[in-house]
Amino acid sequence: MRDLTNEILELIRRTSSSLPPDVEKKLRESVERETPGSAARGALETILKNVELSRAQSTPICQDTGTPIFYVHYPEGWSTRKLKEQIRAAMVEATKKSYMRPNAVDSIYDKNSGNNLGGEDFPSVHFEEVDADEPLVIELMLKGGGCENVGAQYSLPDNRLGAGRDLAGVRKVVLDAVQKAQGQGCAPGVLGVSIGGDRGSAYIKSKEVLFSEMGTRNTDPKLAELEERLTHEANTLGIGPMGFGGQTTVLDTKITGMHRLPASYFVSVSYMCWAYRRRKMTVTGVDVVYE
Amino acid sequence: MREITIPISDDDIRSLKVGEPVLLSGIMVTGRDAAHKWMMETFIKKTREPQGEDLAVYDELKKLLNGAVIYHCGPVVSGLDTKNYKFVAAGPTTSIREEPYQAAVMKHFNVKGVIGKGGMGAKTLQGCAETPGVYFHAIGGAASYIAQQVVRVLGVYKLDFGVPEAMWVIEVKDFPVVVTMDSHGGSQHVVVDDNSRKALDELLAQPY
Ligand code: SF4
Repeated sequence: MRDLTNEILELIRRTSSSLPPDVEKKLRESVERETPGSAARGALETILKNVELSRAQSTPICQDTGTPIFYVHYPEGWSTRKLKEQIRAAMVEATKKSYMRPNAVDSIYDKNSGNNLGGEDFPSVHFEEVDADEPLVIELMLKGGGCENVGAQYSLPDNRLGAGRDLAGVRKVVLDAVQKAQGQGCAPGVLGVSIGGDRGSAYIKSKEVLFSEMGTRNTDPKLAELEERLTHEANTLGIGPMGFGGQTTVLDTKITGMHRLPASYFVSVSYMCWAYRRRKMTVTGVDVVYE
Repeated sequence: MREITIPISDDDIRSLKVGEPVLLSGIMVTGRDAAHKWMMETFIKKTREPQGEDLAVYDELKKLLNGAVIYHCGPVVSGLDTKNYKFVAAGPTTSIREEPYQAAVMKHFNVKGVIGKGGMGAKTLQGCAETPGVYFHAIGGAASYIAQQVVRVLGVYKLDFGVPEAMWVIEVKDFPVVVTMDSHGGSQHVVVDDNSRKALDELLAQPY
């Protein structure tokens, strides 16, 4: 099996230093909506300058290089154990090269491991097998801590918000999560929402939906409509970039449904900051393509 | 845009009002969760015995922080092997985690400004009025841009906390911030929170 450590290192470099084009485009559109001279517009302009600078210098877009979350779609026959070893080796190298900040802290002894490895769960790696003739695809998301902290999970019904077990209830709790987040998750953000599941699977799903392209809608028209409505309504809350006030609070919303137990109805919201770092590499034979 | 040099005088602090954009220049110290907890327990509440170099570091910090600024930042730093340190990425981190400590730290060390993101609560606002001091909001995530405004790394304390949590002494030039909490009890965060809550209530009252 081929050693992909260097190629994975390149994936990490690109993810950490170069914001995906769909995200940058959305940010550029948002600037135009904010009043010239306002703190909100100033914040977005600084963000865009920063995006250009980090790309040109190969430096991290944000110093919080986040939780590295890998999704590996591997052709039947590949060794997941070796792939995981290569991912971990690439992580150590990326930390040495300052593409990543040492970001793994032992919760019991308060010690930073210094190399972005921490137990079996850091970095977080998910494997999915595909047919032997398919390419190997590795996706990476760097999920910031500040925005992770404002994520929220609601168990419906929620009496305080008058939110029942239906899409009307989902709408209420998601808007509540955005209001509670204020600017703390480095607004403008992107919302990943899962409806159903259990507490664990649901939060994972709410991040998985964030791998899809900005502006694409759920194929279910009911959910597609709710996605657009939530983005629009969140932007009427007036929280704005960094919570300075303004028109741009949420750039996009992604929703997905999951099966649940009859007893439970969770709505899980992952908040992704504007530094929405996700990249993909595809390995077909000797060719490696980065997106 | 208004330019302010660190150390900052009380008159300058009192003249700063919520919403004002400022360019900061001078020497500041980074500090986040571990640093605040350590300062509080070891030197302010004294519930923990100073260990190792703690007392020597304390003497240095008293000089460095007097009239100066604490920056809530966990930077990416290069040159760790050679000690030829350079800030590579240095945006602000979420400040509210230091709410239990911030006002006490400001008063104890005479810290005039706190830079971070997301704003802070009532206790810190009170601390801003009493010290007096202000809260400066930096642009969250603008790490490469802010790192470019760090002209020199002068030193580092408590590196045993890890690179992000250590206390880095840095000299900055034209660091862009917005005053979001002033020394007169004004907080932009309270205003935006209240207004957005009202807007939310109206949205929740609408039928689906
Ligand atoms: S929330 Fe995102 S942009 Fe903000 S500091 Fe964290 S990783 Fe950076």
